[in-house]
Amino acid sequence: MVKLLEILYLVSSKFLSGVARKYGDNRIMNLLFVKFEWATKKPMFGCQMCGQCILHETGMSCPMGCPKEIRNGPCGGVRTDGTCELDPKMTCFWVTAWENTNKMRVFSQKIDLIQKPLDRRLKGTSAWINQSR
Amino acid sequence: MISQLQNRLESGIFTVTAELTLPDSSIKDELVETALKLSPYCDALNVTDATSAIPHFSSLAAASILLDNDIEPVMQISARDRNRIAIQGDVLGAHSLGIRNIFCITGDAVIFGDHPDAKPVFDLDSISMLAAIEKMTKDGCFMSGRKITPKPALFLGAAANPFAPPQSYRPHRTVKKWRAGASFFQTQFCFDLQIMKSFTEKLIELCNGKPPPILAGLGPLKASRMARWLGDKIPGVSIPDHIIERMEKYPQKDQAQVGLEISKETTENLKLIRGISGIHIMAYKWEQAVKDIVEDTGLSKNKRLP
Repeated sequence: MVKLLEILYLVSSKFLSGVARKYGDNRIMNLLFVKFEWATKKPMFGCQMCGQCILHETGMSCPMGCPKEIRNGPCGGVRTDGTCELDPKMTCFWVTAWENTNKMRVFSQKIDLIQKPLDRRLKGTSAWINQSR
Repeated sequence: MISQLQNRLESGIFTVTAELTLPDSSIKDELVETALKLSPYCDALNVTDATSAIPHFSSLAAASILLDNDIEPVMQISARDRNRIAIQGDVLGAHSLGIRNIFCITGDAVIFGDHPDAKPVFDLDSISMLAAIEKMTKDGCFMSGRKITPKPALFLGAAANPFAPPQSYRPHRTVKKWRAGASFFQTQFCFDLQIMKSFTEKLIELCNGKPPPILAGLGPLKASRMARWLGDKIPGVSIPDHIIERMEKYPQKDQAQVGLEISKETTENLKLIRGISGIHIMAYKWEQAVKDIVEDTGLSKNKRLP
């Protein structure tokens, strides 16, 4: 499953960045991109539209749902059963990220990258367009 | 050398640090009094930054007061309450007061404290905070690129929790913090030596035989009830059943003594683990425990010379 997502990511990001590079500055296209990104990534990954997607670098598990928004790995409070310290019903995003990373082919080393702090100005914009710039 | 703590860790002396319980007071007397009870046995004292999301005496002010009393502080900064603008300013201010050891943590969620209605900040996380402060010391500039003259010299530390899932990722995370700028680590309470051992072994492997110094966290337990509470309520703390059962065999009044024995045994065992450079004792409002652990395990300052 993760490998499939990985391939899907590779193909779609190549294609979408290409389109975004061409039409990203158009206001209507920009709006369409935002709506389309939200409509696809929200149900699949719980996307919060941070506008600076690093899904493929975190085992295809979006860290933006983490209550502490940590993009650099799990905090020290993960419960012994792997659930979030704040919500015993929610598996820690990083537990999933680490499991997935070990199954990935192309991006498995990316989890070691030191992620920059979020650019708060990009919230609500399309990561596809931002990446193509 | 940037700090005495760095000096001790790099010379390979088994190092002892402890956490100072910060008072809910607006004068410094109580703080100094508690610190002076700990300082004869420790190389540095950690001053926490609103630990468990409960406001206490400010860590910056406390660190400065410790310096006035010839005690070396490790100043904690939590990403929970400050954004990148405040953190960078505090770091410069701390340096100007003579504070050299800075410990970067993400921080406990506000919901665990007594102000669960507060706004959590989390603008940075511990790793991006380390990277930002490292940039200030190495490149002499703020995150924005604006110059700082002269640049600060700091010894940065970070937390590690080898006992929380995903355990096999924990050494990788520690390496990531190390690469971001952390030069020493203090761990969560250590009760499981086997997990600690596999953690340091993997860490040594990932660091090509030269891992950063790790100070293992020690939590002397006062009573079996407290042990259960810690394990259940404090995020990231796991206390194995056999420890609690061992304490429960004794009447309430003797349990603190058993708790101390457990900490001393753990210390003796930690000394034998490759990659452990010392201990970090977190004895909440129990300064006598620090003295007992240090003296009874042969770690008094005069016995720990290079």
